[in-house]
Formats: sequence, C-alpha cells, structure tokens
Amino acid sequence: MDATPLLEVSNLSKVYVTGRGLVGRGEIRAVDNVSFTLPGDKPTLVTMVGESGSGKTTIARMILGLTPPTAGTIHYKGRDIWTMNQQEWAQYRRHVQAVFQDPYGTYNPFYKIDRVLELPIRKFGLASSREQARELANEALRAVELRPDDIWGRYSHQLSGGERQRIMLARLYLLRPQLIIADEPVSMIDVSLRAAFLNILLNFEQEYGMSCLFITHDLATGYYLGGQIIILCQGRIVEMGSMDAAVHNPKHPYTQLLVASVPPPDPKERWQEDFDLKLSELRRSPELAKGCVYRDRCPVIGEKCSDVPPTMVTVEENHQVACHLYV
Amino acid sequence: MNSALLEVRDVRVYYSSVRGEYKVVDGVSFDVQRNEVLGLAGESGCGKSTLVEGLLRLVVPPGYIKSGEAISDELTKDVSNNCDLLSLTDEEFRQIRWKNISYIPQGSMNSLNPVMKVEDQIMDAILTHSDMSRQEAKERVAELLNAVGLPAGVAGLYPHEMSGGMKQRAIIAAAIALKPKLIIADEPTTALDVSIQRMILQTLKRVRQAIGATIIIVTHDMPVHAQLADRLVIMYAGKVVEIGSIRHLFDDPLHPYSQGLIATIPSITKQRRRLQGILGMAPSPLEWPPGCRFYPRCLSVTEVCKQEEPALREIKPGRFVACHLHR
Repeated sequence: MDATPLLEVSNLSKVYVTGRGLVGRGEIRAVDNVSFTLPGDKPTLVTMVGESGSGKTTIARMILGLTPPTAGTIHYKGRDIWTMNQQEWAQYRRHVQAVFQDPYGTYNPFYKIDRVLELPIRKFGLASSREQARELANEALRAVELRPDDIWGRYSHQLSGGERQRIMLARLYLLRPQLIIADEPVSMIDVSLRAAFLNILLNFEQEYGMSCLFITHDLATGYYLGGQIIILCQGRIVEMGSMDAAVHNPKHPYTQLLVASVPPPDPKERWQEDFDLKLSELRRSPELAKGCVYRDRCPVIGEKCSDVPPTMVTVEENHQVACHLYV
Repeated sequence: MNSALLEVRDVRVYYSSVRGEYKVVDGVSFDVQRNEVLGLAGESGCGKSTLVEGLLRLVVPPGYIKSGEAISDELTKDVSNNCDLLSLTDEEFRQIRWKNISYIPQGSMNSLNPVMKVEDQIMDAILTHSDMSRQEAKERVAELLNAVGLPAGVAGLYPHEMSGGMKQRAIIAAAIALKPKLIIADEPTTALDVSIQRMILQTLKRVRQAIGATIIIVTHDMPVHAQLADRLVIMYAGKVVEIGSIRHLFDDPLHPYSQGLIATIPSITKQRRRLQGILGMAPSPLEWPPGCRFYPRCLSVTEVCKQEEPALREIKPGRFVACHLHR
C-alpha cells in the first residue's frame, strides 16, 4: 500500500489579467484555490463537473503541464510537477495521458491511423519486432472493441467520431498510464456510441488500475461512471465526495440546481413546476470573489455569503461541501 | 378542421458531389398536427437538420430538393393557391417566412448581430415581415421579452452583454414576434449549460401556451423530447424508422434502432447499470446499404432485412414503424 497520493492538487489558482486602459485593469480568477487528491493506493475515477467557464479545462491543462498555475502546486506521487527534472518529467508525460474533446482535431489528417498506434510503440520501445508491434496494436484495438481490419490503412476522416475517440483509448491501452485526464471526451460523439467509450474507461480502471480524471458538463454521463465527483462553480470547488452522495443527497444549492436541471428521460416524469432561475447579475469579478461565488444566483443567500468565501466542511463520510449553510 | 397543419410527403434532399449523390434525406413522410410539439430525433448525420432546412427552403447548392411535397393550406393561404411549401415561388415563401413559419436555427444565439441592440434586431424582423409601425413594434418587443422571461432592460443590451441563456431567449422572442403558426427549433438547448437548458425548455413550453403555436423541435437529445414533445419522429439514415406518441415510444419502442436509442440514455435517478450502446456506425449517405438501412447494426436481423427495404406502416392507430419484425 502506498499512502502517497497519485495526484495532489493544492490551492491551485489561475488568474488572467484583462483589460488595461479605458476598461481598467481587471482580473479573472479562472481557477480559485482548488485542492483535491486522487489516492495512490487504488485506482479511482473522479468526475469533475462544471458549466462553461467553471475552470475545468484550465485545471486539466495545468495538470498536464500545458498552462502554468498562478499559485498552488500539483504533486504527482509526491513530486511537484513544476520542479521535476527532465527524466522525471519524461516519466510523468508517459504516466499521465490526455484525451481531449475534439475527436477530429487530435489527428493529423495526412497520416494513416496506423501511425497513431505505431508511434508510441516505437517511441517507448514497447515491442522488439515489427510483428510484435503489430500484434500489440491489434490487441489494443480489440481492447477498445474495434476490429483491427477495419482500422489499418485508414485515415482519420474515414472513421466516425466514436471510433476516433476509441483509438485514443487504444493508445492509452498501449501506454498503460497511471492517470488519464479526459476532457469532455464524449461530448462530440453520438449517445449510442458513448456507452462503449465509457465502458472502456471503466474496464481500464478495473482491469488495468488506471485512474481517471473525467471532465464533463454533463452530470448524467458522470453519474454513469460512478466513483467520485468534484463540482466546480466559477473556478471554485463547491462540493465533492462520492458520486452517489452528491447526486442523491446534494448539499450545495448549486449542486441542487445542477441535479434538478438534468431532464428525467421519461415522459411520465415531466417537470411540473416552473423553476425560477435568477440570471447572474454579477459578472465574474474581484467583487464576486470576495464571498461565495454562487451568491448572486443562490436562493438561500445569508449575510456572510457576500463577505466571506465559504470553506470546505465535511458533512458525512466522503462528502464535503463549501457553503455557509453547513458551517 | 381535423386535417394536419402540415403533411410532409416523400421529401428527398440530396447533395451532389464529384463522388456521387449524397442522399441525406431520402423519402421522408409524416404529418404535423395542429398545436402539437413534434419531436424529430436521430443521431448526427441522420438528416434531421437537412430535412427542416428543406422544409424552410434553406438548402443551398450543392444541395437541392430532389422531390417531395410539404402540403399546408393554412400556412400558404395568404400568399398563393399553391399549398406546397416546396413549390411556392421564392417571393411567396419570403412572405410567409417569419409570419407563418419561424425558424430557430442551430447555434442561432451566436448569430445575433454584435453591433446592434437586441431591441433593434427584433424590431428589424418585425418591420420587415409585417406592417406594424415603429412604435407598435417597440411595444411588441417589450411584450415579447416579458413572454420569454427576460427583464425589460435587456432590450437595450448588446449581445456581448448577455449570457448564452439570455441570448437564446432573445432568439425565441424574435421567432415568436409575429405569432407564427409553426415554429421550427433546431437543437435549441444544445451547447447551453444544463441549468440554462431547463430554463429554455420552460420558455418553449410557455411560449407554446401563450401563442398556441405548433412546434417542431429537432434534437438528438432524447431527454429533451421526453420533457417537451407530444409525438416523436425517429429518423435513421435519411429515413423515418418510427413515429408514435412520446409515451408509446419511450415505454414500448418498436424499431430496434429506437430501442437502442432509448436504452442508451443515461439517467441519474434509475439504478446504475451498464449500457450497451448500438454497435457499429451509421452508414454513409453516399451509399446506403441495400434493404433495411439499419440491418448492419441490428441485433434482430433476418435474411429479408438485407434485401428488401421495409416500408413505413401504421401498425396500430398513430404508430408507424418501418421494420420487417412488425408487419
């Protein structure tokens, strides 16, 4: 048992400075003091849910080392990723792999799909001969439920979105990363093909011990995966813990709104009452950051909410919330 | 009057290319009843958006309407003796556009003119398509904003000052400006945050009650149909595979494709279970498979399915299905 967390994100912030001159200098806190960990002793699936502008992609980019944070640290197996030496960094790049949203944009249209699979095998020396390489690639394709004969020799535009995303997973199968960062990987593929993709992620976790940080705006997709959940609102974590606890017993008013906004897929369970949603009046601003970021839309706003940012409290085992209602 | 508002008969919309003809919509027939919300469902590439573009005469070369009729007395009687939307002259169709039929295109909230105030944009539409005075039009805009639940102050805002949900509601306000008899909305909730989606669905329900319009809502998102539609038309590979009331379709889908579509909807209330999805991928509109277009992916395939294309038949009152299993 290894008690060192696989990934430990501490007080991570990203601030973008905007507008100089007439509009005045402003700053946008895209990610604001975010902390969470993925355990090192067992594979874990963590779904990060947030609406557009909640900072979820910025967090993914910082973990992948694509965007430097303004403050805070990211430790991978106890090592700060921004102070790693070259060798550690190379390891990290192999152990932490990404799957992005756009199944069209990740491929070079001039190369056959073969290259996507052969490159990592060659680069990381996974096979000792051409035949072995081909056999390994075939095994990877079968692991993601693709028929190798349908794939070899084809170009990315000849495949469907679901197939392209699964080939990214076949790459992961070859590399066996410890952690997959999946940023909205199913939002551009058809619903009937999503299940196949999600099932593979579940298999990867259960059979090969790969952890995954799954980023989505779609609570229903996250719920399907189970595991843990982190809910982001305006760059801050408002609630986290086990998926079931957060979805069936949501504590934060924002989580309650998210859960209530998922349309029940059944014409017998139509929404009856109209739901009064306040439109956000406060723009994202240093003003908003002074208190709870959800206060301008919150139906139960109290006195403290505009002045003091709520801290994370534990409401039950494996369920935490940042809201003044629960202090 | 018991007849349908609109009878769509054997509509075909093709695109010509050097590789041949893309038969994107390939013989679609259904009725649209007065005052109903008709859902048009199916996955990307099934032809649902192209079909409504055809009905609205918005297909541009290399696309063209190969054949078919869209018969409606009520929508055409002010301008012509000809009651086929597809064979009206362009000028005749221009006269009924917006006034009798309005359209909310996919992603239209991003097509607001950035340098015009919302009020002026909606007034523009009103003044172009009716003989209201400026003053009347201005008052009408205030009513409309109220009808879609936007505060009156929104009238003076520019699009960049509004959130996605506000813009989408402004678009709906514009679409209902002249109390059209038929509103066609293409993916009105896609690309919006979930909480905003719920607000837009509420707005559409409210608008329908307020002006008594018939609505065709096009989306791949089955839970949206479950919430809003009275009847559902399911398309696959350029054809209609099933038509029925929303209750019937969700409780007892007949076509194997409809069954797959409904079985793959993730839910946050039902017991979590592994979903299977639909195997394989949709065929290309350049060369549809012979026989039933779904047979390569169908689990109940028989010999006849590979040879003979099943016709859409009414097997019970109001229930149409195109499948050899149901003759």
